[in-house]
Amino acid sequence: MPSTLAAGMGQFLRRVGAGTARFIGRLGFAARFFVAVLAHSPGAFRRIQLTLREIYFSGALSLVIILVSGLFVGMVLALQGYDVLQRYGADESLGVLVALSLVRELGPVVAGLLFASRAGSAMTAEIGLMKATEQLSAMEMMAVDPLARVVAPRFWGGVVSMPLLASLFSTLGIFGAYLVGVKLIDIDAGAFWGNMQAAVDFRQDIVNGIIKSFVFGCAVSLIAVFEGYDANPTAEGVSSATTRTVVESSLAILALDFVLTVFMFRGVGV
Amino acid sequence: MSNSAPQAASTRATSDPEIAVELADVTFGYDLRTILEGITMSIPRGKVVAIMGGSGCGKTTILRLIGGQLKPRSGRVLVAGQSVPDLDREALYEMRRRIGMLFQFGALFTDMTVYENIAFAMREHTDLPEELVRDLVLMKLHAVGLRGAAQLKPSELSGGMARRVALARAIALDPMLVMYDEPFAGLDPISLGVVGQLIRRLNDALGITSVVVTHDVYESLKIVDYLYFVSEGRIVAQGTPAEVRASGEAYVRQFVDGQPDGPVPFHYPAQPYGDALLVHA
Repeated sequence: MPSTLAAGMGQFLRRVGAGTARFIGRLGFAARFFVAVLAHSPGAFRRIQLTLREIYFSGALSLVIILVSGLFVGMVLALQGYDVLQRYGADESLGVLVALSLVRELGPVVAGLLFASRAGSAMTAEIGLMKATEQLSAMEMMAVDPLARVVAPRFWGGVVSMPLLASLFSTLGIFGAYLVGVKLIDIDAGAFWGNMQAAVDFRQDIVNGIIKSFVFGCAVSLIAVFEGYDANPTAEGVSSATTRTVVESSLAILALDFVLTVFMFRGVGV
Repeated sequence: MSNSAPQAASTRATSDPEIAVELADVTFGYDLRTILEGITMSIPRGKVVAIMGGSGCGKTTILRLIGGQLKPRSGRVLVAGQSVPDLDREALYEMRRRIGMLFQFGALFTDMTVYENIAFAMREHTDLPEELVRDLVLMKLHAVGLRGAAQLKPSELSGGMARRVALARAIALDPMLVMYDEPFAGLDPISLGVVGQLIRRLNDALGITSVVVTHDVYESLKIVDYLYFVSEGRIVAQGTPAEVRASGEAYVRQFVDGQPDGPVPFHYPAQPYGDALLVHA
């Protein structure tokens, strides 16, 4: 009996060890990939129309989902927030609650999650399929580096789009809260906007929110292009790479959000 | 040219200018698995040479070695006298600009039109004015009979048309060598004949050298100058089409006549049939 247990333990440890080694190996590969993408970026910037095209694909084409979600998140936030605030007679602080939640947290995080599932998955699938159909090999054989021609423009397209999308998400969210709070529930419009203006600090809240969304943009775009480039060149490989992009990006956003929040709001009651 | 002289001295290993591609005792493998062993072949300038063999025998690997996408474990790979594995990245890219490659299913860029696919390499590597690029693209498309399809997307093309566009793209920069990876796979008989004739005609008209990797023995015997047969990573036979047709060698006969069993067994290695079915005498 003890020998079976020992054997089972041994097998378990071996599997954990192999899994860890594989994870660290992939992490190292991803880091080297990141450096290679950065090294190939000047070429992508020199031909700015390549990056502009990717900003259109991952940014402009994500606008509908980002704007509509922002509007609804703001409206729900206003309803829920009002329900709690009015119990303490603080319903005029609704604008503050909504604006701070959106600008500091929900804007970057929810926009990041939506961006990962809308644009990140598309990037992975596109690069993965290009690999599966030998388009990347063809490019290499035509003496054109796919990292410079395909990967770097997509990476920077995502990095540029993400803060813009998060800002628009927050803006529409605040507008949604205004519709519900002021137009529907009839909170005083002056109090709604005035309290918000007094409480939201540009440096502490808005800039930090933009920094967060920039970091999320880097993380999601890197994961998306890496998974696409590293995908097994088969239908199954591309589909599992796309899934991995969404899962890893979402986890990365939430984990990075915690770390960034700890650093950013150290002096503010944390 | 002067700054590449020391490089050329170290990588130039053959002096015969009539040989476009030379492989000498090339061995290649991944980890413990050996894919190619002792491959020696020389491909003369201006000729169409076929590398034939069953699926998975390492034919495509040979093309990747010639193109510098893979490095051999041992042996020499020379293209136009330059040792490909020893080239640095810049020199390798320089060499690839003189090589065209047609991938198995065309590998056309799906986000571009036919026109843009062919203009791609010209735009990437030259500063030609757009009018000149346009004329060149139309000339290449005309050569493969698809000038009228310039504005179509690859998804709108049939398999045969896609292969012809890929052929036009492969010759876009007037290469000295064109490599074809399974150019006949999955084509209808008419497209098959068209692609075969195009390979031959373009080779002769443009003075290029062609390496055709294929398992289509019937089509290749009609157009090539010389054939190599590869099986399990080794060259098992070679010769001109006439020699191949007359050959009595078992492997060549099995391949040319399409027999299911022979030197290449029908069955994948397995335990005895009786054991597998638990039949005990």
